[in-house]
Amino acid sequence: MLTAEDKKMIQQTWEKVSGQAETIGEEALWRLFITYPQTKTYFPHFDLTRGSDQVRSHGKKVVNALTGAVKNMDNLSQALSELSNLHAYNLRVDPSSFSLQLLSQCFQVVLAVNLGKDYTPEVHAAFDKFLSAVAAVLAEKYR
Amino acid sequence: MVHWTAEEKQLITGLWSKVNVEECGAEALARLLIVYPWTQRFFDKFGNLSSPTAIIGNPKVRAHGKKVLTSFGDAVKNLENLKATFSKLSELHCEKLHVDPENFRLLGDILIIVLAAHFTKDFTPACQATWQKLVGVVAHALAYKYH
Repeated sequence: MLTAEDKKMIQQTWEKVSGQAETIGEEALWRLFITYPQTKTYFPHFDLTRGSDQVRSHGKKVVNALTGAVKNMDNLSQALSELSNLHAYNLRVDPSSFSLQLLSQCFQVVLAVNLGKDYTPEVHAAFDKFLSAVAAVLAEKYR
Repeated sequence: MVHWTAEEKQLITGLWSKVNVEECGAEALARLLIVYPWTQRFFDKFGNLSSPTAIIGNPKVRAHGKKVLTSFGDAVKNLENLKATFSKLSELHCEKLHVDPENFRLLGDILIIVLAAHFTKDFTPACQATWQKLVGVVAHALAYKYH
């Protein structure tokens, strides 16, 4: 459960990195693909070399969606409803794998790399909870 | 048997040589207890774990974190022989400590984030990939003797 304090930390932290949305998205995806190669199976139609336009653009898309989630933490289910449908009926990314969880880990690593000491234990906890909540909403309609 | 390339070995030993085991261990364990509070179930005798500040300042947490990461150092020295290296510890965690092996995975992920926050840009994607592999195989070795 996200407390008021958690939400504040998440919003403040996200603000610090909002200027580098595209870079962060691309880096998170790149780390995902090289750390967990099985996740590449969801992108057979992509050029997955480092810095590819497709990965950059997809990273940006993901970060923009997360920005939407940050702005609507009180109502994630509704805010992410369309993405929820997309993941359930089209993309069907394995929820237990847990590919969404692996991406959460990679996002957190990118945040830690960018924020260093500012990625404090409290901020870390808040983000871990937030990304888990997002993943849960995305997997909500799977069955 | 896990196979390590020369590059992976270099990424592991190279980074490890710069790690302050006491600080890093304390931080990793503290974060485990903060980010995944249910893990506190194993540490009833540790005293005050009532808030992130309490956990971070708790001397038993620091000491135990150092112990855990020192032990992890054995993995770095024995990359070709992890199951044997952790055989006794595996039995201990199963028979005496009753720790669900899922917790090893959680701690591994936490350690990665601690390293990322500490080394920032030097914790490159290649570094992360290698270290996630390492924490994964250590977790596997620790779970190996469970019955």
